[in-house]
Amino acid sequence: MANVSLRSLRFRQEREATWVQLEDLLKRLERRSPASLSDEDMLAIPSLYRATLSSLSVARATSLDLALIEYLEALCARAYFFVYGARTTLVERIGDFFAYSWPNAVRNMWRETIAAGLIMAVGALAAFFLIQSDPAFYFSFVPAELSGGRDPGASAAELRETLYQPVDVDDALGVFATFLFTHNAQIAIFAFALGVAFCLPSIFLIAYNGCTLGAMFAVFAAHGLAFEFGGWVLIHGVTELLAITLAGAAGLRVGWAVAFPGALSRLEAAERAGREGGVAMIGVVVMLMLAGLLEGFARQLIQADLVRWSIAGASAVIWALYFYIPRGQRR
Amino acid sequence: MTVTADPEVRPLVTPEGVDLRVRIAPVSERGAALLIDLAIIVAALIAATLVVAGFGMATGMQGASGQLAAIIWLLGFFLLRNFYFTAFECGARGATPGKRILGLRVAARSGGALRVDQVVARNAMRELELYLPIGFLFANGSDVEALIILCGIVWCAIFVFLPLFNRDRLRLGDIIAGTWVIKAPKQVLLPDMASARAGDPAFVFTDAQLDQYGVKELQVLESVLRNADPTAMTAVAERIRTKISWRKTGRELDSEFLSAYYAALRRRLEQRLLFGKRKRDKHDLS
Repeated sequence: MANVSLRSLRFRQEREATWVQLEDLLKRLERRSPASLSDEDMLAIPSLYRATLSSLSVARATSLDLALIEYLEALCARAYFFVYGARTTLVERIGDFFAYSWPNAVRNMWRETIAAGLIMAVGALAAFFLIQSDPAFYFSFVPAELSGGRDPGASAAELRETLYQPVDVDDALGVFATFLFTHNAQIAIFAFALGVAFCLPSIFLIAYNGCTLGAMFAVFAAHGLAFEFGGWVLIHGVTELLAITLAGAAGLRVGWAVAFPGALSRLEAAERAGREGGVAMIGVVVMLMLAGLLEGFARQLIQADLVRWSIAGASAVIWALYFYIPRGQRR
Repeated sequence: MTVTADPEVRPLVTPEGVDLRVRIAPVSERGAALLIDLAIIVAALIAATLVVAGFGMATGMQGASGQLAAIIWLLGFFLLRNFYFTAFECGARGATPGKRILGLRVAARSGGALRVDQVVARNAMRELELYLPIGFLFANGSDVEALIILCGIVWCAIFVFLPLFNRDRLRLGDIIAGTWVIKAPKQVLLPDMASARAGDPAFVFTDAQLDQYGVKELQVLESVLRNADPTAMTAVAERIRTKISWRKTGRELDSEFLSAYYAALRRRLEQRLLFGKRKRDKHDLS
């Protein structure tokens, strides 16, 4: 009995090399990109992982060395998250996103999208008629610092001027575009986040957005500048308003799922809606980036109403086709 | 299989059918990780501001260079606020620098791969749980405004303290995205404490002497040996000697006695384990 070492000790001595090798590979992987490892190393990881997993099972059943079991548990978990983690490259994932997951997520939200669109329209109409009856309401919808001289007190000529500001090369177009993009993206993310609180805050946010639009339209329409104002807003507004509508719709979807989970458990329903909403939100941020570029550059550089309108129309058609033409599921 | 009564442990069964038994990260550690991340974000913004300011000074803030500085700042602020967490959690480690320092990671509750949309969804909720409350804290208003702000703070507090009120310590973002935050500690392979004195001829214990203790005591003894604190070792050695009526010889060191007893006890318990008998602790008389 005296010189026979422990069974569990022998077991450890036999298998230790495998564990250390796996740990070493994982360390290198986490430090650098998967591309830096050789093919043999990458192929070795799954088999090393399975060997270590079986070591863990054996150790749990036969060894009483607590530190060893804890080590193996941690190592297996680390390897597990690598082996069963993302299997695709980033480029594949991005392609997949634009080809399938984003349009599919948006198409699945068509009911919420219509609802959010209606809410925005109602807000716009309400503000429009309110201001037609009493222009004093204008500043309760549009803060003075945002209006930039576009208010009921301005003359037709002044208003016209705001639509066709002369372009300086020194004009900070890039800064303007960046500011618009970040500001709107923040609002969209906020609209999505607010949806979780049973939809209500999202509804207010979308409606308020509509109110601002309707209020401005009322001011310009009063001076017979409706068509010109439409071109000025919609050249980027089609993309931007659709993006904010989609963000609100994603929020509504989550809020609705939390409030009325149906056959699923509340947690499962929220989770399913949240994932779809997450996909839609990535896309919304991309859309707002495009809208910011259109607003910051295209609108400032293009002065002709008809060209503005045709860009608006084209963007509407492109988005409609992209989102709502049926396509296959992910490969 | 040991049955742990640990309330933090959750099953995570791999496709190979092994339960990895992950541990839920406590709220305190997650809070600490968040503070580290926020400190990093603020530091990055301050650094960016200094760079931009220096850039502006050097060029006299005119024309294109000044605009570039403004763009960098606007975009940098936006990206940090919204995508700092997302970008890091999409990586191989599934953790922001703050989480990595505290040995935590984000994982999908289903046990599958953590997908990008999950990470985006869980971090979009930070608007509600983090930035909005911070905004309210810095807001000031009078009368009605103050009342609205107060209501806002109360409303946000519901979401802020959500992790304290559920078993899995999920925050709102976790609930929506189907994720949870688990412990992913960096474990080091420690030497086996039984290797030192397994089968030392100076220490021969009878079965009766070894049957006094069970697995729980063995693992406590293991940690005592690992810590190697002399006073603790002396105290434990004395208690064991009393219990098993072991007569101490003159030149016998406490540490040697403990290692030898540990090795012998482990051999005995592991042998019985092979026959399907797990003696949980000293009160387990099976």
